[in-house]
Amino acid sequence: MLDKLNEIQATALSALKEVQDKAALQAWKQEYTGGNSELTGVFKGIGKVAKEERGKVGKRANEVKVALMAALDEHSEAIKTAELARSLEEDHLDVTLPGRPFRHGGIHPATQTLRRILTILGDMGFQVYTSREVESDAYNFEHLNFPPGHPAREMQDSFYIEGTDTAQLMRTHTSPGQIRAMREYAASNPENPPPIRISLPGMCYRSEQITARSEIQFNQVEGLAVGENITFSDLKGTLNDFARRMFGQDARTRFRAQHFPFTEPSAEMDVECFLCGGEGCNVCKKSGWLEILGCGMVHPNVLTAGGYDPSRYTGFAFGMGPERQAMLRHNIKDIRYFWGNDSRFLEQF
Amino acid sequence: MKIPVSWIKDYVNINISIEKLASMLTLAGLEVEEIRYVGWEMPKYEDGESHEFKTYGLEWDREKLVVAEISEVKAHPNADKLVLCDLFDGKEHWTALTGAPNLLPYKGKGKLEQPLKVAYAKKDSVLYDGHKDGQVLMKLKCAKVRGIESCSMVCSEKELGISDDHEGIIILDDDAQTGMPLADYMGDAVLSIDILPNNARNVNVLGVAREIAALTNQPLKRIDKKPYTTSGDPIASKVEIEIANPELNPRFVLGLIRDVEIKPSPYIVQRRLRLAGIRPINNLVDATNYAMFEIGEPLHAFDYDVLVERAKGASTGSATVKISTRNAEKGEMLTTLDNIERKLQESNVLVCDEAGSLSMAGVMGGLESEVTDKTKNVLLEGAAWQFINIRRTANHHNLPSEASYRFSRGVHPSLSEDGVKRGLYWMQKWANGKIAPDLVDNYPLPPTDPTVRVTEADVKKLLGIELSAAEISKLLTKLEFSTQVEGTSVTAITPPFRLDIGEGLVGKADLIEEIARIYGYDKIPETRLSDQLPPQRGNPSHDWAEGAKNLLATLGLQEAVNYRMTSPEAQERLGLQGEFVKVANPNSPEKSVLRRSLMGSVLENIEANARVRETLAFFEIGPVFVPKKNDLPDEPHKLAIAMTGRRQPPAWDSTATEKIDFYDMKGVADAFLAGLQLKNIAYAPADSSLMPGAAFHPGKSAQVSVNDVVVGAFGEIHPIAAEKFAFGDAPVLAAEFDVASLRKAQPDFEIEPVPAFPPMLEDIAIIVDEDLPAEKVDFLIRQTGGKMLADARLFDVYRSEQLGEGKKSLAYALTYQAPDRTLTDKEAAKIRNKIVKRLEREVGAELRG
Repeated sequence: MLDKLNEIQATALSALKEVQDKAALQAWKQEYTGGNSELTGVFKGIGKVAKEERGKVGKRANEVKVALMAALDEHSEAIKTAELARSLEEDHLDVTLPGRPFRHGGIHPATQTLRRILTILGDMGFQVYTSREVESDAYNFEHLNFPPGHPAREMQDSFYIEGTDTAQLMRTHTSPGQIRAMREYAASNPENPPPIRISLPGMCYRSEQITARSEIQFNQVEGLAVGENITFSDLKGTLNDFARRMFGQDARTRFRAQHFPFTEPSAEMDVECFLCGGEGCNVCKKSGWLEILGCGMVHPNVLTAGGYDPSRYTGFAFGMGPERQAMLRHNIKDIRYFWGNDSRFLEQF
Repeated sequence: MKIPVSWIKDYVNINISIEKLASMLTLAGLEVEEIRYVGWEMPKYEDGESHEFKTYGLEWDREKLVVAEISEVKAHPNADKLVLCDLFDGKEHWTALTGAPNLLPYKGKGKLEQPLKVAYAKKDSVLYDGHKDGQVLMKLKCAKVRGIESCSMVCSEKELGISDDHEGIIILDDDAQTGMPLADYMGDAVLSIDILPNNARNVNVLGVAREIAALTNQPLKRIDKKPYTTSGDPIASKVEIEIANPELNPRFVLGLIRDVEIKPSPYIVQRRLRLAGIRPINNLVDATNYAMFEIGEPLHAFDYDVLVERAKGASTGSATVKISTRNAEKGEMLTTLDNIERKLQESNVLVCDEAGSLSMAGVMGGLESEVTDKTKNVLLEGAAWQFINIRRTANHHNLPSEASYRFSRGVHPSLSEDGVKRGLYWMQKWANGKIAPDLVDNYPLPPTDPTVRVTEADVKKLLGIELSAAEISKLLTKLEFSTQVEGTSVTAITPPFRLDIGEGLVGKADLIEEIARIYGYDKIPETRLSDQLPPQRGNPSHDWAEGAKNLLATLGLQEAVNYRMTSPEAQERLGLQGEFVKVANPNSPEKSVLRRSLMGSVLENIEANARVRETLAFFEIGPVFVPKKNDLPDEPHKLAIAMTGRRQPPAWDSTATEKIDFYDMKGVADAFLAGLQLKNIAYAPADSSLMPGAAFHPGKSAQVSVNDVVVGAFGEIHPIAAEKFAFGDAPVLAAEFDVASLRKAQPDFEIEPVPAFPPMLEDIAIIVDEDLPAEKVDFLIRQTGGKMLADARLFDVYRSEQLGEGKKSLAYALTYQAPDRTLTDKEAAKIRNKIVKRLEREVGAELRG
């Protein structure tokens, strides 16, 4: 009987060497360890073995079974590895075929630029303030210290609304929001109006010929800080911080004296042309500088109009054009792309 | 404004480089846009070196380009139109060949009594080619012209880069020193300066020189106030001035010069005027322009004899010239000196005499009384005009002129007198005239030059820098303010040439701006805000819109931003009715009203992109405008969506060509509303009597309500409306929601716990009548299923002959789920049976096989 078991083991193991795939392996398992296998027959017939032999045979039968199962496991692992290697070799795609297109949406580049600016300003403590787009002459000009007869108040520069009792127009800047915000804040405590730090994003309108370089509709972002302890040096510090985040930590700026009705002193901040590094190119018109924003200390008449006493409060304000910044950053040569909403333009952002 | 630096140097020493000068001016608000070199040494930039300015032009070689004198002009042996010049360059004698027509008169005259001074270019000089268009550089080489070799030449303005004049050579003034490098004699650099509106006082050489003097700490060389001699009868007996409206004409000054000799101005004057962008005419006209450029007062020269003739011919017959200024009468005409007859507006101010109008005040002279080649006696006008009126007049007649440019920015009346005196001075100098004693000066409305007090504390508070009263005073004195220091405060009187300083608090801000400018914006330090932080208010509506944009973009929609201005016709294509907010002065009929439908905007994007992409899906969030009587319009914010085209983007192994339809739109709406966490959402057929319902196919549109409040609607565009758009073939789906309603409906929300036990899944299919809305079945299933039914998802709608006419099969995947245990088959079957029974009972459903 022991010989038979030895033979079973030898036959099975040599048969196993011939097994090449999972199906044959299954058949081998059935044949040599299954219910009808010789080995199982030995186990079943163990009762008929002489009593003194029974222990030895049982032990040997178990040894054979364990050996076969171990060999099976090992061989099974080898087959799996070989099969995987084969399949990895055979199963390959043309990776240069295009991926399946995926319909995805997107955010308009003007919004994206606005968000960048507002995020930076927000981090600096300027909260977003939004206000209406059709304004009265008072909010758009008068309260902002535009003298009567100022060119911007003439019909040819601004879009006026037809058939209104008092002059209404499409706001020419987001500055009316400065007055609205100051009045709102001041109303909360007219004797001691609280400090203000806001950003004012929004669409503005000017009557122009629509060309590659000029639009009748454009976004603006203004900033306004009002308090009892705000200086021109704070304005410089704040805007330089802004420029370093917006245009890179080594961005160089300069402040040029400017004139705006609603600020005094006024300035324009230029950033060293980030396209040519100041060497002079077509974008900066060979000057090495890019005009980025206008700014200044809030004019006393504007503070007064907003309900803030100019002998006690000071403030600064600034304003910039996000579309212009996007044009510079992304080399957009035609401002009409923005409101043209051509998919071929929008999809690139 | 273009200013030659050589001219500025008449009034202030410049001991820094042109670039440094331009940089200082730029920071101080006189922005230098470009620097054009005309002879002077140009800066050399390394590759990659930063430029401050656009610079261009021609540098004149100091060795090769010199002043030379021509002693004789001889005929060319082989050409009538060429001459040979005997010429001395200070060291050597040469013969130069030229065809310049302005030398022909000297040909064959023998040795000249007075040698001609010329700009002489030796061999190898680098110049602009006079015979080529534009500015093309060339190196002067020897060449034979009609048998005679020539290696050098006498130059025209074009060749030297002064102007594009190549009609003749330059003949220099007699005082030019032979042999002197041309760059030293008349080299220059021209600054193009953008003058700010509050800087009108600086639209002239003296003003810019004053700024430079202040910025570089140099003394300003002043103009002599009594520079000329007078003779003959005083002007007072000859001329009278009457001003009808002092508000529009605060001052009017006249001076008289007799027996002038008209000829070209000295070359140095012509050159400066050309570099400043003015065409030299003759010594009289040039004198008015030159004086204007110097001190900023536009002048007008009348032919005095013409005015006397007109006076004699007028009703009184007196030889006294009676000048008056008044508004034009209705329909009045004037022929301006450009020989155009212009119809005047009543707001235009005219300078008149008894015979009628003479000129359009401050803008342009009239033709008749203009000085001519024959003029002997000149009446010179200097006046002050209200700037707004001048600007409107110049704009209306489209007459931008040097005079209106200055007057429309504001010229101080004190300059009327200074200007006339300066003009007379130059006329006398260049035209040898005799100036009549005195001026006639009518000055009804002198401005007050404000006195402003500013303290050390004021400067600290606004600028953040510490300046002593003495330092403040010094800075202001540089700009010619008269100042007085008392303790820590400075009292400053505005100098009588500027109109931009206010009174009180405004004046204080004006002064501090001047202090900052001259102190230097670049020297003011950078600090971070140290003021108290403001109250936190945030901006929930802005945050909401930004969040909604992100949500819609993740749903596959592209944000569009459209013009708010559109046309009623474009918007009415959707069946929109009612009034628009109208633009009073639109640029075009296509942009004449403000949009009332945002859906209209995004549908235009579908239209514009119809041929661009096979699938289009846009959204926009923004205001629409609804007129309100006697008030600013309402500006409610809307959210609009438009979609069309293939549902699946085309791929190389996909054949799916289904088009986006109502249910895609609804899927987007569902996902969007779910993303907003809205609950209690119900759909019903859209109300076609309202917008946007009226724009939709009545059978393929729905309105959405949340908590029984309608928040928007969506659907397929009505075929009649769709025909009015240039859409592609596929149906176009659109939606419009009201942002305020959505925001109002948006709740705080709590989450459902994630189930800890496995769900039980089962499909059922039921047969119902065709016209039974699926929503009804869905509702009955969910209500009957109760808490244990976690989900019921419709996964198939099926119709067949077998089912019979008017029947459909709806198949649902049901998910049973208990929070605290795994449900048994038996429990699930019990719920299913309940559902099926209810459906059988209430909607006549039949469980399918």
